[in-house]
Amino acid sequence: MSEHSQLEVKNLHVGFQKKKTFTTILNGVDFSVEKGETLCIVGESGCGKSLTSLSVMGLLPKTGKVTEGQILFDGEDLTEKSQKQMSKIRGNDISMIFQEPMTSLNPVHTVGKQIAEVVQLHEKISKKKAMEKAVDMLKLVGIPSPEQRVYSYPHELSGGMRQRVMIAMALACNPKLLIADEPTTALDVTIQAQILDLMNSLKNDFDMSIVMITHDLGVVSEVADKVLVMYAGKVVEYSDVKSLFNNPQHPYTKGLIESIPKLTEETEELPIIPGSVPNPDNMPRGCRFATRCPHAQPTCFNEVPPLIETESNHKASCWMFDQRWEEIKKEGEAYASRKETAATTEPVRN
Amino acid sequence: MEQATEANVKQKIPNPRVEMFKAMMGRFFQNKLAVLGGFFTFLLIFMAIFASVIVPHDPIEQNYSEIMMSPSADHWFGTDEIGRDIFSRVIYGAQVSLQAGLISVGIALAVGVPIGLISGYYRGFWDEFVIMRFTDAMLSFPPLVLALALAAVLGAGLENAMIAIGIVLTPNFIRLIRAEVIAHREREYVEAGKASGLRDWRIILIHILPNTLAPIMVQATLAIASAIISEASLSYLGLGTQPPDPSWGAMLADGQGYLSDAPWIALFPGIFIFITVLSINLFGDGIRDMLDPKLK
Repeated sequence: MSEHSQLEVKNLHVGFQKKKTFTTILNGVDFSVEKGETLCIVGESGCGKSLTSLSVMGLLPKTGKVTEGQILFDGEDLTEKSQKQMSKIRGNDISMIFQEPMTSLNPVHTVGKQIAEVVQLHEKISKKKAMEKAVDMLKLVGIPSPEQRVYSYPHELSGGMRQRVMIAMALACNPKLLIADEPTTALDVTIQAQILDLMNSLKNDFDMSIVMITHDLGVVSEVADKVLVMYAGKVVEYSDVKSLFNNPQHPYTKGLIESIPKLTEETEELPIIPGSVPNPDNMPRGCRFATRCPHAQPTCFNEVPPLIETESNHKASCWMFDQRWEEIKKEGEAYASRKETAATTEPVRN
Repeated sequence: MEQATEANVKQKIPNPRVEMFKAMMGRFFQNKLAVLGGFFTFLLIFMAIFASVIVPHDPIEQNYSEIMMSPSADHWFGTDEIGRDIFSRVIYGAQVSLQAGLISVGIALAVGVPIGLISGYYRGFWDEFVIMRFTDAMLSFPPLVLALALAAVLGAGLENAMIAIGIVLTPNFIRLIRAEVIAHREREYVEAGKASGLRDWRIILIHILPNTLAPIMVQATLAIASAIISEASLSYLGLGTQPPDPSWGAMLADGQGYLSDAPWIALFPGIFIFITVLSINLFGDGIRDMLDPKLK
């Protein structure tokens, strides 16, 4: 067995060139996925989840650039590969499923043709064999009467069916890693459960790793082995799934979990996290969550917290878990009282 | 009894290619106007091909004993001012007109489609500042004036007229296809294609091009019609088909002087221009519907 992980992302920085300014969106993302493991990346819109997956696929838009860090797939750095080398890896070793099954299939080709195309691209087999493989794949993802369905056009299938076709297409070449970018967001709940079950069972059959991007914590609890919580382009918490739900560490993660409605309690209003995500052009100097954090101290605004291991397989990026936290808190209290006295002793003008 | 059911079962698994073709034909034949347009288009093509067999008279033979005869059993469409049979000339004129329409649009497609595809897919400096500004400049001319100027530079004659019309039509195709490609390159299926390792050329040719086919078809059939009119106009102005070869445009021009005495000289080529343009448009519409699998 090889020693390295299936996918290891180290200190990834990605940014966009916009006219003359360069804006860094991803700021040091670290994670690893072992063989046969599912990692969920969670976070609100715009926190860099999808950008992380596109960086792994090498599909960043023209203005985007990996400025720092490594993406190691089977120990090889993908950031150093040419587009030509990447296109051999894409679809073959790493596959991707997209959010919108409605638009991810080409409307003018039959689904069978689209699956067969990918198969033929990566395996040197005849058209007929590729089509047979397409039928097999459709059968595998649970599409009824696949012999006829291969000749269906995408618009003749329902959303759930289309997502199954997308999965069939992604798995057609036995990838080692599947990246799923919110695969169930566009589907209704019962179909969601079916698709997640399907992905789980296929993961075991194919012995592949999955990176699932989602903002649905319900999905996370269903499929994940490990969870990466992102906020504003940074990792705030990285943990195995049980530990995360039982014992969330970072105030942001706590806020996310609290904002899920619970069946056992009756509440009028759900707790929310006040404030909004900072603008990437104007990121705070210290912790990026500080402006919305109930525990924030002056240090939080000025210094970036490190990723601290709070228990085994559980890391959070927050000063609260640093040895210096008591000190920081005292400093903060002192600062607050100084400010208060300054406010009260300020001469009142008439 | 059992055998019959077995046969039924066998019949129920149809060949998908045949099914697709049947569905396409069904969509086409549902549109009655398209069928009519197609019928006339093929009739015209047939006429053009077998012109030498169909015509009762030599189209350029002058017969001074039968000048400006009104339509009769011998001369179905009458004769012109120097006694040539108009029916024969109209039939031969179909050759010229169809050629002019198809070849000039063929030129425009051959140049416009690749440029539009590449320019729309890759964008950047060449697209924005070279190709688009060039098409802008071309489109700022009134098309007929530009065609006239080009034909004048190239020299009078049918071939040069077709080249000139083809050049004038090209920027329309470039712009249309570029706009379509830009709309499609942002679609998720293109990204999904990239994510499954497809190369750029495959995405452009196999995934984006078929999606832009519908507007290309419509534009092409419209362009064939307008190319026929342009050729007629150029011939009318003396830069297209050269006398004595028959061309609908030139015949229209000739007949103009005799409208009150012998209206049939201009009327019949005019009617044929009208019917041709209309039926090609209708036919093109039908083909567009036929190729769209979303229509039932």
